[in-house]
Amino acid sequence: MNSRVFSIPGGVHPPENKRQSLQRPIEFAGIPEQLVIPLSMHIGVPAKPLVTIGDRVLKGQRIATCNGLVSAPLHAPTSGQVTAIEDRPIAHSSGLTAPCIVIDTDGSDTWCERIPMSDWASREPSDIIERIRQAGIAGMGGAGFPSAVKLATDKPIDTLVLNGVECEPYITADQIVMTERADQIMAGIAILQYLLKPQQVLLGIEDNKPEAIAALRAVAPTDVKIVVVPTKYPSGGEKQLIQLLTGREVPSGGLPADVGVICLNIATTIAIHRAIELGEPLISRITTLTGEAFAKPGNVEVLLGTPVTHLLAHGECHDNLVSRLIMGGPMMGFTLADRHVPIVKTSNCILAPTRAELPPPPPAQACIRCGICAEACPASLLPQQLYWFSRAGEHDKLQQHHLFDCIECGACSYSCPSNIPLVQYYRAAKAEIRQAEADARKAEHAKQRFEARQARLQRLEEEKAAQRAARAEAAKKRAEETAVVTAQAATSDPIQAAIERAKAKREGQTSIEANSSVDQVAKLEKRLTAAKIKLASAESAGSDKVPQLQEAVDKLSQQLAEAKANPDAAKAAAMADPVQAAIARAQAKRAGTAEPSNPTDEIAKLEKRLATAKEKLAMAVDSAPDKLAAFQAGVDKLEEKLAAAKAEAGVS
Amino acid sequence: MALLNVTSPHAHGPLSTASVMQLVLLATLPGIAALVWVFGAGVLINLAIAALVALASEAAILSLRGRQVTFHLKDYSALVTAVLLAIALPPYTPWWVVAIGASFAIVVAKQLYGGLGYNPFNPAMAAYVILLISLPVQMTQWGAPYSAQPMGIADALASNVLGRVDALTSATPLDALKLGVGDPSAIFGRLGGYGWEWVNAAFLIGGLFLLARGIFTWHAPISMLLALATMAFVFPHESQGRVDSMLFHLFSGASMFGAFFIITDPVSSATTPRGKVIFGAAIGVLIYAIRHWGNYPDAVAFAVMLLNLAAPFIDQYTQPRTYGHGGVR
Repeated sequence: MNSRVFSIPGGVHPPENKRQSLQRPIEFAGIPEQLVIPLSMHIGVPAKPLVTIGDRVLKGQRIATCNGLVSAPLHAPTSGQVTAIEDRPIAHSSGLTAPCIVIDTDGSDTWCERIPMSDWASREPSDIIERIRQAGIAGMGGAGFPSAVKLATDKPIDTLVLNGVECEPYITADQIVMTERADQIMAGIAILQYLLKPQQVLLGIEDNKPEAIAALRAVAPTDVKIVVVPTKYPSGGEKQLIQLLTGREVPSGGLPADVGVICLNIATTIAIHRAIELGEPLISRITTLTGEAFAKPGNVEVLLGTPVTHLLAHGECHDNLVSRLIMGGPMMGFTLADRHVPIVKTSNCILAPTRAELPPPPPAQACIRCGICAEACPASLLPQQLYWFSRAGEHDKLQQHHLFDCIECGACSYSCPSNIPLVQYYRAAKAEIRQAEADARKAEHAKQRFEARQARLQRLEEEKAAQRAARAEAAKKRAEETAVVTAQAATSDPIQAAIERAKAKREGQTSIEANSSVDQVAKLEKRLTAAKIKLASAESAGSDKVPQLQEAVDKLSQQLAEAKANPDAAKAAAMADPVQAAIARAQAKRAGTAEPSNPTDEIAKLEKRLATAKEKLAMAVDSAPDKLAAFQAGVDKLEEKLAAAKAEAGVS
Repeated sequence: MALLNVTSPHAHGPLSTASVMQLVLLATLPGIAALVWVFGAGVLINLAIAALVALASEAAILSLRGRQVTFHLKDYSALVTAVLLAIALPPYTPWWVVAIGASFAIVVAKQLYGGLGYNPFNPAMAAYVILLISLPVQMTQWGAPYSAQPMGIADALASNVLGRVDALTSATPLDALKLGVGDPSAIFGRLGGYGWEWVNAAFLIGGLFLLARGIFTWHAPISMLLALATMAFVFPHESQGRVDSMLFHLFSGASMFGAFFIITDPVSSATTPRGKVIFGAAIGVLIYAIRHWGNYPDAVAFAVMLLNLAAPFIDQYTQPRTYGHGGVR
């Protein structure tokens, strides 16, 4: 019983041209002298080589390993020796070169040890997926997405879709596989059913492949539905097939798993069957050789890495008849600039048409907005509008018209009566938009960094300003306090005021010193050290202050000794003779003062000292009357000095 | 042999702009034959003059613009414009009126806007409107149906080129109905307007041929005819029953010609499927409004030009739902 087939919009009916390559069964293309295996035959990160030049490798031996999650390992397609790991031209529309492992084959085709997982039905699904991953299986329908990544989805899957549509003209690789190896496809499907446990399994195939349909139906179990769909390009596009078979649309930018579907090409299911049940990694594929330039068109089983030249020779291609060499079909294939590029996991066809068969594109005419392209578009886009916007570089409009939902199937270009290469405009526009987005991201990043820097500089500036303001404020406050004190001093008896201050100070000292005699000792030690340093420097400088400093040092040493011997006494002594101590300190300080750098500074210092001395004199009036004369003498001396310094600096 | 390096797709479909235009020309033949049958050979003289002037104008402008003249002439688009204009003009229009119209259509309405694909208005209709407004007398010289039947090419030449107006002119059925003049039997034929019914039927056949060949979709023409019929049914002329009114308007004047050959001009019409429905329906409504309540007997040209202006706007808001954008599961 046939399952329901939904309709899809658009589509075209190009001449099928499948007959030419179906005249003979699958042949083995043979072992070429050299295989060139690109490290990237799949979508994702290129594999990492495990071999070095000179290594001998066996058929099926892993020669490169996964590099990250979305990646696939590589295996030697036959036995031989690694002779180079270098950049070689690869099958790419831009004629790029890429790193490849080059193997000179030895012709013996000796297998490495193969370990089948025959008990897969009792294994954990994750084990099976890991085996599929290690077998290097990537989607063989065209995109080359690593199958293990697809199968490891955590989304609920209710439908497994197998793609046997092969809607692209000329190509018959899937068709012949379905005809000749239907049993292997079913074996692969059984493993997938075990892995995914889908509610339904739908194998889509176009109605132009009756032999394949019959072969599949003959071996299909009841729970695998062979769904025959009308022949229309591009029904075999993943999204289109899902829509055809389930009526569901994969959301824009999403994956089939988002609508509960996993879609795999039928050749991929065979690769899974071989990997699990035979222990064979993916080392070969079926490739169609077709086009009028081939004398012997057909399908060949070809080792991955086989140069296209080897296949051209195999199919007896008339080199002088080939107008262009296409990898893939006439709708989505790309031309090869180099005949030596290798066959990879996704190479389903080598098309070598003559000039008459596929003539060079005629010059494009003006778009008359006939809308035939819009009728052909399977994604319900408006190709003619996209064309105008592409030409005008209107990226916003392009996005608004869903340019990125274009699958580049080429149906619009195919049907355009004005021969406009529409798809090429879309490719260019997509690249431009991606570039612009990358540039915008970069610019945004730079902007953010610039703004962060500006903010940081501003913050520092503000902090500095705040500190300055705080200092200014503090200075102002001090000035005010001083003014108050001065005013008080001016109004009351200055001596009385001084006495009070001294009292306050001494009380404070007392309380601090009383706290700890250890502190006292430490202080004395510190002072002694400082005094000794001063003395030493004075001696070395030959200063006349040496005796005074010596005296201060001696005194301090004595005090320290006393303090250590009897802390309380020392404290008392220190308290009893503050004036003496102050003198000693002052003397030490004065002696240690470096030569003044400029007279103004000197004057300022002298003035300060004079002020201090006067203050002390005032204090002494009360606390140490016996020292009054000495203080007075000090003050007089300072006044003299100051006057001298002023005279010297020329300041009156 | 050097390998060609081009991008996909490598295959190309059978359609070309020239083949599309040729099919359109082919499809006008039944209508032209009916015009000759009903009104005499005058339309053939119009066709010859319009084609000559249009091609010459196209070639002149193309060479002034430094374009490849033969490459662009071979797209047949100028010829199509000329044919559509010639069909729209009264069969016994003086030659210079036809020449002015054809050159205006190509030079002003098409090439000055940038040539094929860039013209906002349908060139044939723009020329028709210019002529109708500037030369109302010459533009309403329709012969009475069948009265000129014996008129051959020689008589037509004498009339159109030498200016000897021998043909009997009369009000068209649409005119007569509007003004309430003339013998009712000269207004109503079997289906629609007397004589005009066959012209319309012939254009309907040509149009269905193009529809079947996929040159355009059903959206615009069917919407236009449905809208016109609905309007005629809802607002019939006092002297007509509703169904008669519908048939009369569908098979009078330029209804079928407009529906299948004018509003389907891809360049100047809406391009989205829903847009085409709106575009066609609005033209149908406008045609009836102008015919029934306006001052002009027929209205296809005015209605088409008004909607030409609205086409980009309509397209903007009728974008089809792209795959994967909020579809029903």
